[in-house]
Amino acid sequence: MATLNAPHLDYWALSPILVLLAGALIAVLAEAFLPNSLRRTASSALSFGSLIIAFACVLKEQHKTTAHAAIGSVTIDRAGIFLQGTILVLAFLSMVFLVDKDQFVAQASALPGSNEERVSLKAGRFQSEVYSLALFSLSGALLFVVANDFITLFVALELLSLPLYLMVGLSRRRRLLSQEAALKYFLLGALASAIFLFGAALLYGYSGSLTLTGINSSITGSNNNSYLLILGIALVLIGLLFKTGTAPFHSWVPDVYQGAPTPITGFMASVVKVAGFGAFLRIFYVGFDLAVTSWKPLVIGAAVISMFVGAIGTVVQRDGKRILAYSSIAHSGFLILAIVSLTKVTLISTLFYLITYGVATIGIFGAMSLIRDSVGEVGDTNRWAGLSKKSPLLAGVISIFLLSFTGIPLTSGFVAKFNLFTAVFVTGNWWLVLAAVIASAIAAYAYLRIIVQIYLSTTPASSVTVSVPSIATRVTLAITALFTIVIGVAPSLLIDFSNTFQTFIR
Amino acid sequence: MDISNYLYLSAILFTIGIAGVLIRRNAIIVFMSIELMLNAANLAFVTFSRTNGGLDGQVASFFTMVIAACEVVVGLAIIVTIYRTRRSASVDDASLLKR
Repeated sequence: MATLNAPHLDYWALSPILVLLAGALIAVLAEAFLPNSLRRTASSALSFGSLIIAFACVLKEQHKTTAHAAIGSVTIDRAGIFLQGTILVLAFLSMVFLVDKDQFVAQASALPGSNEERVSLKAGRFQSEVYSLALFSLSGALLFVVANDFITLFVALELLSLPLYLMVGLSRRRRLLSQEAALKYFLLGALASAIFLFGAALLYGYSGSLTLTGINSSITGSNNNSYLLILGIALVLIGLLFKTGTAPFHSWVPDVYQGAPTPITGFMASVVKVAGFGAFLRIFYVGFDLAVTSWKPLVIGAAVISMFVGAIGTVVQRDGKRILAYSSIAHSGFLILAIVSLTKVTLISTLFYLITYGVATIGIFGAMSLIRDSVGEVGDTNRWAGLSKKSPLLAGVISIFLLSFTGIPLTSGFVAKFNLFTAVFVTGNWWLVLAAVIASAIAAYAYLRIIVQIYLSTTPASSVTVSVPSIATRVTLAITALFTIVIGVAPSLLIDFSNTFQTFIR
Repeated sequence: MDISNYLYLSAILFTIGIAGVLIRRNAIIVFMSIELMLNAANLAFVTFSRTNGGLDGQVASFFTMVIAACEVVVGLAIIVTIYRTRRSASVDDASLLKR
């Protein structure tokens, strides 16, 4: 008689994900049963609490060299643990900005401009489900970077994306724009997921296995031109390029970044990007390594297009959030270079780049959201003119982040770019580095123009005010700005640390 | 019957889905086309499961069905909200976000 063995799940290895899921579920219950006045405090306490516990679980697991948890569908390796830790730290920083009550809609179901909306605004309501949605999304992000088969990858991808579609539509002001952004993000995101899934089905047909290791081991020299394999890789690549916001699948990025509430934009640009690139690297390094000659031209094309589309986009835009959206497209192009030449050094410099970029992005979105007028945030960078006279501190902080995006020495952005470009150069792709440097130079114009506006303009716009941030916001801004400078001055602090984390385990 | 016919059907369904997303203008229909693409992937999974002799593909299609259901919940919430605000579910009308 056949016996059924209980699968060995290894709960400790999965603990960070489970803690976040538990926190999210408890937060949903709190929304249902607590009185209105307590909900916001309870949800935020729960989410920060579960973030800290999950980070402690990651720390506990960090010395594990390898573990296949949940019957091989999850690989907890050093790189995966490092990515999980990065995601949790970035999430903690970006969720501080979620506390800002002025960012989120009072009642999402009320029509914009209706009487119902006015009543709920007057009652001081707040759609505090944002916290549980963010926790669900985060648990998806943690699973996405360690997933080892295509079922788990797809589930994690959707767990990451579905709450985000909703969060994008929750802006308190300019609600039509926010809802429109949610619709666009949802339709295009669902399309990308479906394409990703069809690619996974074709790869399953090619290899007979859903695991990344199984797919890689079935790629043999004589058989690596099979149309199932190439088509499958191409479709999976399209799905991933979309999720990471890389050209030519970038068209949603500016609209969604602009329409979403600014704290959510910061969350997307940091946490979701790290998760997307983490899974991207793992899939291509572990799953498709032996088919490198078939997909390399596609990835190189995406990288070059993305750099230039992003760089030129930053120059022609005027809205602050759209400029940063195109900047994120350009940065995706740089990050994807590491996939072209997968070595241990490029991998580590990509992880380093992701951390520094994520921290600076959270900081600048947080700082930007403080520039307001009577109807909400001021997006138009022309109206930031003379900001340094109104708030020298805020102007200084924004300039630090912009200089870091430009890649000026003594900021973390310079070290990150230098590391990544050197690593790619050493592998012999000098012309890719040349393209990246030209694209950086084009984008530098856009960043420096904002700094010039802030400092050199003599006629400050009178209607623009700088709102006074809460203590938590101030501390977070200070941490992100300090991190950007300290890592720029003494990069070895972080580089030595990330060097101890090995590559993905095959 | 030749098993590759199922694959042709799956590819046709996937193409119809993509064409629907690109051509149709009503958000609900666009969304239905995306669901059609997910079902095309399901059919491919089950067919390959048969040719490969494993059960993985059938398990994958169950996961896809559950996730498609979740996607409907989120998608309809967003589309209905937009419809209530604008009295239109056309994806062309939602065009405030331009440079």
